[in-house]
Amino acid sequence: MNAPEQPMRNLQSAAGQSLVHESAAAQVAGEARYIDDLPMLQGTLHAAPVCSPMAHGRLLDIDARQALAMSGVKGILSATDIPGDPILAAFAHDEPILAIDTVHHVGQVVALVVAEDMTTARQAAAAVTLTITPLPAVLNVREAHEKASYVLPPVTVNRGNAESALARAPRRLSGGFEVGGQEHFYLEGQIAYAIPQEQSQWLIHSSTQHPGEVQHWVAHALGVANHAVRVECRRMGGGFGGKETQGGHLAVWAALAARKFGAPVKLRLDRDDDFMITGKRHPFTYDYEVGFDDSGRLCGLSVDMLVNCGFSADLSGPVADRAVFHVDNAYYLEDVSIRSYRCKTNVQSQTAFRGFGGPQGMIIIERIMGDIARELSLDPLTVRQRNLYELDTRNVTHYQMQVEDNILAPMLERLATDSSYLARQERIARWNRLNPVLKRGMALTPVKFGISFTATLFNQAGALVHVYTDGSVQVNHGGTEMGQGLNTKVAQIVADELGVPFGRVVSTASDTSKVPNASATAASSGTDLNGRAAQFAARNVRDNLAAFVAGLDGCGAGAVRFEGGQVITPVSTRQFEDVVGQAYANRIQLWSDGFYRTPKIHYDKVTLTGRPFYYFAYGAACTEVIIDTLTGESRVLRVDILHDVGNSINPALDIGQIEGGFIQGMGWLTTEELVWAGTDARNPGHLLTHAPSTYKIPATGDLPAVLNVALWPEANREDNVHGSKAVGEPPFMLAISVYEALRDAVAQAGGSPEKMNAPATAEEVLRCMT
Amino acid sequence: MGRLNMIAAYAMPGIWRYADIMTKPQRPATDESLTFIQKGRAVTLNNVPPHRTLLQVLREDLEQTAVKEGCAEGDCGACTVVVSDLDPKGRIRHRAINSCISLAHAVSGKAVWTASDIGSTSTEADGLHPAQQSLVDCHGSQCGFCTPGFVMSLYGIFRNQAPGEKVSREQAQVALSGNLCRCTGYRPILEAAGQMGDLPVPPSITTREEATEAALRATAKTAPSSSRYSRPETLLALLQERSAHPEAQIVAGTTDVGLWITKQHRRFDRILDVTGAAELRAIETYPHHLAIGAGVTLSEAFAALGEERPDLQVFFQRFAGLPVRNAGTLAGNVANGSPIGDSMPLLIALRSSLVLMRWDARRKLIAHRELAIEDFYTGYRQNVLAPDEIVAWIKVPRPAGDPSGTSIRAYKVSKRFDDDISAVCLAVAISVTDGLVSAASIGAGGVAATPVRARETERALVGKPWTEDTVELAVSALREEFKPISDMRASAGYRQLVLGNLLTRFWLEAQPTTTQATVFRLEDITRLLGEVNP
Repeated sequence: MNAPEQPMRNLQSAAGQSLVHESAAAQVAGEARYIDDLPMLQGTLHAAPVCSPMAHGRLLDIDARQALAMSGVKGILSATDIPGDPILAAFAHDEPILAIDTVHHVGQVVALVVAEDMTTARQAAAAVTLTITPLPAVLNVREAHEKASYVLPPVTVNRGNAESALARAPRRLSGGFEVGGQEHFYLEGQIAYAIPQEQSQWLIHSSTQHPGEVQHWVAHALGVANHAVRVECRRMGGGFGGKETQGGHLAVWAALAARKFGAPVKLRLDRDDDFMITGKRHPFTYDYEVGFDDSGRLCGLSVDMLVNCGFSADLSGPVADRAVFHVDNAYYLEDVSIRSYRCKTNVQSQTAFRGFGGPQGMIIIERIMGDIARELSLDPLTVRQRNLYELDTRNVTHYQMQVEDNILAPMLERLATDSSYLARQERIARWNRLNPVLKRGMALTPVKFGISFTATLFNQAGALVHVYTDGSVQVNHGGTEMGQGLNTKVAQIVADELGVPFGRVVSTASDTSKVPNASATAASSGTDLNGRAAQFAARNVRDNLAAFVAGLDGCGAGAVRFEGGQVITPVSTRQFEDVVGQAYANRIQLWSDGFYRTPKIHYDKVTLTGRPFYYFAYGAACTEVIIDTLTGESRVLRVDILHDVGNSINPALDIGQIEGGFIQGMGWLTTEELVWAGTDARNPGHLLTHAPSTYKIPATGDLPAVLNVALWPEANREDNVHGSKAVGEPPFMLAISVYEALRDAVAQAGGSPEKMNAPATAEEVLRCMT
Repeated sequence: MGRLNMIAAYAMPGIWRYADIMTKPQRPATDESLTFIQKGRAVTLNNVPPHRTLLQVLREDLEQTAVKEGCAEGDCGACTVVVSDLDPKGRIRHRAINSCISLAHAVSGKAVWTASDIGSTSTEADGLHPAQQSLVDCHGSQCGFCTPGFVMSLYGIFRNQAPGEKVSREQAQVALSGNLCRCTGYRPILEAAGQMGDLPVPPSITTREEATEAALRATAKTAPSSSRYSRPETLLALLQERSAHPEAQIVAGTTDVGLWITKQHRRFDRILDVTGAAELRAIETYPHHLAIGAGVTLSEAFAALGEERPDLQVFFQRFAGLPVRNAGTLAGNVANGSPIGDSMPLLIALRSSLVLMRWDARRKLIAHRELAIEDFYTGYRQNVLAPDEIVAWIKVPRPAGDPSGTSIRAYKVSKRFDDDISAVCLAVAISVTDGLVSAASIGAGGVAATPVRARETERALVGKPWTEDTVELAVSALREEFKPISDMRASAGYRQLVLGNLLTRFWLEAQPTTTQATVFRLEDITRLLGEVNP
């Protein structure tokens, strides 16, 4: 099942092969090192956070006497110990490194205790007493909206005239619902290890998707120039967006402690602290009104999105923007009005998470499609198909970008056939007539996801390719490895560019002293950007070697081929390493940089119009579920996925992203419920689900009994590395089919699917049945 | 001596060492030394406090970073290791357990396996174990942080399978129920489980496994040497130790006490481990009941109970994850008395009883008393145990003793199917004679401060005709009988509603008219596969 087929391509090329992850063997043998596994330098100290127990309040006193009296405790660090700016160098400049005079959420870090070992540090941190006088806390996003409590100003996007379109629409539906947040639950918790170097320089081992930003934040907090800080990350034990900005906090804290105590400092968050301190996926609340005709075609849509951003902006602006960009998902919205409110509440500052607002944008239109179909007694797939973007007309998004690479209609048609959609609909109806307790449902939903950072400036990347005199190759790029296989794909690309076997190429740790100013490995763009940059770097080296060999053989450089570890001209065949050796002796440069910036993209940040995306990645999923109408429990029975990765550079890795993304999305919409104590509770604003004992990500038993994945057989129509498409985030949103299938099951069981919020826990499903 | 001095002592080179225990038994150098077997050889550490976890010893003292900490509460499985030891009959057993919440001294005299003990990428080594190679071949690792834990759970199945025997997907799902992966979505990992049986075990690993078994047999006679961590080998010694040290923290699998240490930073001056007493490691079979000793793991107890009552097997598999079932004991679950401890509602419905024992120093004999399990609890995590008493045996009636016409079902409702704690748990045993309910015992969890017996509901049933009307009244009685709370797992209203619905399900399942086409439980969905994959 889903074993990647070997593609029918040049067997000598590495790209297109299902090569195993470059670290797989080391990982299974427990040899792959994560930051906590690095041998510690002598004298290393350990830090532990002191967190606010209150959602909002005036911080009056930090009493550390008891902690400081404990054996092995070195001291405490608070905002007054920060030599640079006490505010993080984040985009909005609104987040204190350590609480200054006010605490803004339960879990906000107020101080750090530093001790000789981690357990002592944590024990001592628990012994610190904070005096805080309570201030009114805003925990509800509707309350924040009423009070106009925002981290960033609201944004409105209009196309056509939604109001008049709604007024003249033959039919209308309106409603509101909520979609919960999501904890990343990277298996490796947040960690940083800061090591003082000579001459006020710093080495930071950081588990981060964005070493360049960590470098900038640390330098800013320490009050030194960026060049004094080097950040390294070999790999993360999972990121998912949770280590885009959030890893930076830890790095800054560890660096400040290392500076104050003049020693290397490691800071690894306990899992509960990780939950309590760091940001998560943004919960969204929606109010909408939609107009449509008797065929189910949309005519007019008005949406209010209340984005629960937590106490600071972090990445909430671009997350909320991407939600706005994805309200259309696969459908043409002629007259539409979207208002996006970036609400400020007294909880963790929500952050990037796979999809980056895209899932929260798409789910509303998919919900509307399902509701329209039920209202008209039509098949939901039919309604979806009638609203798809078309090829020549009805092909411009609500943000004025023409959809040029649309494959939606044939994709849905093929998946409907492959999944036996219609035949199974009948079987399901029959089952539901016979079975009083367990009811089945099904949904087929598409995904169209825009690829590029919406902040155009981030769409650039650099890489270095080094060829050593023995013909071995090292590649370094600005991206980071978090399990997705970026280093494997980049090494495949470089191997092909130099015509050497894959095994000759090694990818090395991300390092700000190698490729500077690199963008976050985010927005699914890792391979598109860094793969291309590495390809260009390798091409430069190859061009140098080609020119050299052309001189030797008296041919044109264009006639020199690099294949199978050999360099071939019309008159000779040489081993790659021999050419390298000779080139070195002739003082030819054997290493190079490469730089890439994505073409064609631009957009207006105020009106949110333009071409924010280089291309779209497409996919579709057909999901069948079963619900238990006595308890609300559910299971996913079968999933068929057809997904577009262009020409796959590594089918196994791409299928890994598709399946992993789907299951993670399924978790978001089913079992992963974040529960914060309400205002009437003993501890308002306290995140009650702060460990895997209470926060339930999918486990092995949740894998659907049948999971079929197929790749769409077509190259990227835009010029992208090897004709591939980005794959990190888009499959996550295929899981919206789970939610829609659950709502279908509820409807078939006589319940009220329009009531359903996400996640559709057992309790939520049962609520829709009563 | 302060704790930090101890830490410093661990860090001193040469303090721990490998020794060949087969030829040269080592005398412990200090009162708190610990010896266990790794790669077939003995490892000895000194100055190991009783509350130090196995994970800490492996990662911090021995710098074996193949073992990862993901949650420090036994829920994610990144820290999974396999522990091999000998049962009282001298048979070797291999158990995947969570090292993060296991105490280091608990493995004293046993063998510990981590991912780096069973394979290596180094050029001198002769490769990876099938549990590892199959994961590589199936693309079963992405970020790799959970991977060594999955490897060890797979290794656990591998060692417990007959050679060449295929691991089914169902077996793999049970064996991997305590391992979380956030990257892959599990499909490639389950495939790896199915494929590993086809791969050869490198000879050096087999040699290591044989040396381990030999070392275990040589070590078996050596008792743990720490005076602050005691694991007596007989029931008598255990009870005398308890009598002498009523302040000692009793532990078995530390699947709960381990969290007091990792999460609440609690420290214990003295720990008494009940799992060494040979008598209590047995399941004794009597004509009308099984007697399950306090040292019997949940896995072992559930295997015995499930064999007698196959309908309950799925319920047992949903108790936590496998590493927790492999370490925790049934008696520990009972004695700990969590209001949602999932075994108790069933034990109540089965009318189980507890045998409490203590050493009577005056009369110089073991005194005991027996009581119904529901009478054991007096309040939230409070019970009737005297300071010198332990829960020694759990007596569970066997099906042979059930009155004729008895149906027994157990239902668990949780957010996630596997490895989760119940929002609501209900176990029902009802006997029907000549159309009348002749007996009923109903246990419930998650609805009160302790596991409870639903006596009001039982009264609404017993002596009444076994009809829909009676059940409806009983459902109302059940919803009235308890006042559950709202928490992060479920609201009070949901708990109350579902509690009644589960009794309705019992009624539906008991109907003889039920056709083959009708399915009432999600657990039975394997019957649906032909439906969804035509």
